[in-house]
Amino acid sequence: MGNFLRNVSRNKALLFMVLPGAIWFFFFSYLPLAGTIVAFKEYRVSRKGFWASIFNSEWVGWDNFKFLFSTEDAFVITRNTLLYNIAFIALGLVFSVLMAIILSELVSRKMSKIYQTGMFLPYFLSWVIVGYFVFSFLSMDRGLLNQMLGWFGMEPVQWYSDPKYWPYILVFVNLWKMVGYNSVVYLAAILGIDRSLYEAAMIDGANKWQQIRRITIPMLTPIITIMTLLAVGRIFYADFGLFYQVPRDSGTLYAVTNVIDTYVYRGLMTTGEIGMSAAAGLYQSVVGFTLVILANYVVRRIDKDSSLF
Amino acid sequence: MARKTKPKAIRDFQQITPAWNVIFNLIAGIFAFMCVFPFLFVVIISFTDESVLASEGYRLIPSKWSLGAYQYIFESGDTLLRAYGVTIAVTLIGTVLSLFMIALYSYAISRRNFRYRRFFSIFAILTMLFNGGIIPTYMIVAQLLGLKNSIWALVLPLAMNAFYVMILRTFYATSVPDALVESGKIDGAGEFRIFFKIIVPLSLPGLATIGLFSTLGYWNDWFNALLYIDNPNLVPLQSMLMRIESSMQFIQQNSANSNINMAAMGSLPQDTARMAMVVLATLPIIFAYPFFQRYFVQGLTLGAVKE
Repeated sequence: MGNFLRNVSRNKALLFMVLPGAIWFFFFSYLPLAGTIVAFKEYRVSRKGFWASIFNSEWVGWDNFKFLFSTEDAFVITRNTLLYNIAFIALGLVFSVLMAIILSELVSRKMSKIYQTGMFLPYFLSWVIVGYFVFSFLSMDRGLLNQMLGWFGMEPVQWYSDPKYWPYILVFVNLWKMVGYNSVVYLAAILGIDRSLYEAAMIDGANKWQQIRRITIPMLTPIITIMTLLAVGRIFYADFGLFYQVPRDSGTLYAVTNVIDTYVYRGLMTTGEIGMSAAAGLYQSVVGFTLVILANYVVRRIDKDSSLF
Repeated sequence: MARKTKPKAIRDFQQITPAWNVIFNLIAGIFAFMCVFPFLFVVIISFTDESVLASEGYRLIPSKWSLGAYQYIFESGDTLLRAYGVTIAVTLIGTVLSLFMIALYSYAISRRNFRYRRFFSIFAILTMLFNGGIIPTYMIVAQLLGLKNSIWALVLPLAMNAFYVMILRTFYATSVPDALVESGKIDGAGEFRIFFKIIVPLSLPGLATIGLFSTLGYWNDWFNALLYIDNPNLVPLQSMLMRIESSMQFIQQNSANSNINMAAMGSLPQDTARMAMVVLATLPIIFAYPFFQRYFVQGLTLGAVKE
């Protein structure tokens, strides 16, 4: 005990430095973890405050989970979350790497910089703003897309109430927002490749395509693997803004726009099914946690320095 | 890559052929244009005269231009100004607070002689792996801490971020030599004095990057307002844009049933005014853009080197 106190006092300045952050982590990360027990309760808000609400709510065991998985919702939100994320990861990777290679091969460095500046913009905008952008194209009576359909003599489309277009729209919008940023990441990696490799290849008679295939892509493989695995680790978490703001929370689209995150949110704020959406949230946390650990384990085996921990 | 020393007439064999160069320029150029175009389009809509919108829709070249939307905003713009104020206040307080907390935390765990360094590193890293989810978090923030309808509900949830802590820790560990801290100690300076007088000036690029990440996070946040803010006086910019939208939809859906709502409709900003608000909410980001771009790319490589 005396030893411990002496150590604390010896480190007190540095302990003071971590204190604010540690308190934050306790309240905003660790305490909510304890709060996940409401997934096993029939939650009722008590007037006597937070602790009373938690303790006075009745235990219901796994009932919330049974209800959740007996509805179609559980399947739909899991499917949507997974399929969209798979599409984002696969297409995002292909387009980002392609764009990075294109940017690195442009003869004029200046033009390359200008293009990068343009591509970077969507990354800095909030999903609310992006939602307005999308609306200026998809608005039923005023949008640019329906006007263009009109030029070809086609009927206007009710974009915000017809689910069949939305998988494509969401994938497109997500790529639009993310590809520029990711290609700049890959571009930084390409520019870090030792130029003498290319010079040696050129002396051996390799043309540009062979150089890209045999040098650029293999040299990028480690960073591609790591970025992809980390994304796979987060495959159970959806980008709430994309699925909530861009379709304008339109009810007729839920079949193709509802993901775990939006489902949990609606349970909390709209439908009031706290127990069931807490169950969905816990389901997401547990599977998500497993996937992150798994992905990190694989990354660690490939490249120790790039793993998260 | 082109070398400047070579004469221009001879093509560098390291370069792609001129034909491919044109194709690559086209692909990159078209995508870059696509990324910027929606913003330009919204700017055009905001300068369109409201009266022609109903007949011709959103046009690239409207038949009648107008400053009406901006006039409307600045004349009746109490709500907008207040929302701007809330966003600026939250962004300023939040950035300063989060930078302070993150910088101190990551500095302490970067110090080799800090006895509890391993414990606090893991304490931070673990939070990246699990997530209680929004329901328990909501209960803590709204019910336990009682932050509902308080400006702190917009500031605190974003104040700390384990990922930034790890980036900055790596930055300190690689770019601040231990010997400097030692020499400070020999001169009799305390830990805080060493941190503020020696470490902070040396790590300004790293701090700037994290600061910009924070600023952007606060400026673009609407999610916390969605959860915790009902008081119209505390609604930040992004969230206000959202709210206008949903009340428009609500009225439009119900206006078929009654005419009373037409009055309510008239009190809401028109299409062009809403687009003008989108422009005004985005402008600060456009102005800060050169800084963002520079420090973001720098930040990408910052976390790359691990201890």
